[in-house]
Amino acid sequence: MSWFNVTDFWKTIVYGLIAGAGLPALFAIGLSALSRGPRVATAGGGSDAEASDTVYGGSIIGLIIAAICFLIILSAIGWGIHYIYVSGHPAPKK
Amino acid sequence: MCPGHPCGVSNDFVLVLVVITALGFDFTNGFHDTANAMATSIATGALPPRLAVAISGVLNFVGAFLSLAVAATIASGLVSVSKVTLTVVAAGLIGGIIWNLLTWLLGIPSSSSHALIGGVIGATMAAAGGSAVLWHGLVSKVVIPAVASPIIAGLVAAVGTWLIYRISQAMTDGARRHGFRIGQIGSACMVSLAHGTNDAQKTMGVITLALITNGTLAKGSQAPVWVILCCALAISIGTYSGGWRVIRTLGKGLVEIESPQGMAAESASAAVILLSANFGFSLSTTHVATGSIIGTGLGKKGATVRWGVAGRMATAWIFTLPSAAIVGAGAEAIARGIGSTTGVIIDLVLLLAVVATIYFRSRKGKVDPNNVNDEWTGSVTPAQPATAAA
Repeated sequence: MSWFNVTDFWKTIVYGLIAGAGLPALFAIGLSALSRGPRVATAGGGSDAEASDTVYGGSIIGLIIAAICFLIILSAIGWGIHYIYVSGHPAPKK
Repeated sequence: MCPGHPCGVSNDFVLVLVVITALGFDFTNGFHDTANAMATSIATGALPPRLAVAISGVLNFVGAFLSLAVAATIASGLVSVSKVTLTVVAAGLIGGIIWNLLTWLLGIPSSSSHALIGGVIGATMAAAGGSAVLWHGLVSKVVIPAVASPIIAGLVAAVGTWLIYRISQAMTDGARRHGFRIGQIGSACMVSLAHGTNDAQKTMGVITLALITNGTLAKGSQAPVWVILCCALAISIGTYSGGWRVIRTLGKGLVEIESPQGMAAESASAAVILLSANFGFSLSTTHVATGSIIGTGLGKKGATVRWGVAGRMATAWIFTLPSAAIVGAGAEAIARGIGSTTGVIIDLVLLLAVVATIYFRSRKGKVDPNNVNDEWTGSVTPAQPATAAA
């Protein structure tokens, strides 16, 4: 038995980066796609647009890209939870 | 009586006392750690404080049912089960509870897991000597993850923060703040779920250890369903009661946080905690959450980390295992000195006295949902409302 499991260590870093930094980055991609569009430019004066809380910018393509990003994130989370549940409850030996 | 080895105390009455004490510990674990999931969401205003702790409580309950890998580590990977008695388990729990409450009083987000493990190890050493501790398991499953996990979480959070700010550069400030607040609610929920998965299992592990010790369960058994259910309930009620002092330190004291950073920090925490739970590492969710928050401060240009506060926490972390071990060893010595069931009962009376003292101390300079977000003025107790408003 080793004192330090190098494989588990690297796995934690790599999967941690994919899930813990990759998914939020994907969320950011979705959000900025969603915020693109005519509304940002025409929202009555620069200072008003700056203060507005509305995320949706009015572009259909942006909306679709955002939807795809958010769907990927949700399915990744769902798959992760399912995986942990299955591996955390080893089936009794038959 | 417990079969196979001589133990000082073994009866169902003491077992019941131990289970109640364990659930008491689980409760302190919940309220000490509400901050890990919700501190940043409360600090950025993504969720109102009371709603935040309610959501976190429910998800902790759900999370407790997700995995059993960590419970197995605690039940059989740290101390030699044949040397452990019910008195030892009770004394270990007392060590964990007292250290948890002391650090909560000071508003320090220390590790509940280390408090528990330290207490159990101290009590075991006092009862049966150092050879009853499985040092290899302790180092490889507890100590090394304790050092590595906050660094990994900090790295992940720093990378995530950097990416998020790069990608969302073009967004207006209002849209960005609003959008990431919504994202933050999702990521905070994931941390709550992860916390339930990881931390509720520790108490399940201890109760399972007590049941095995008493001969109620066979060696190597898994936690029975009623144990899982009770632990899930205790940790979720604890979470709901909200450890406002620690929430304040973690949300306001360490780094001033914006919502994109909050989301990055929480995502990093959730990912690292769930991954480790999967490997059976009994890591501290607190260490991970703190590492993530520091990481998100490092990942954004112009953000400042209050290293003084971070240093104070790190000191508390180093002291957690040995301090809880000393309290646990003391409690074991007292119980053994008096002997049998009376010893355990006297230990628990002493515990209640300490709990009451700490509770009354905490009433002076209260931190609650109303002042949890007040300006950080260098201490966990906020300045008087009058000065804050002026």
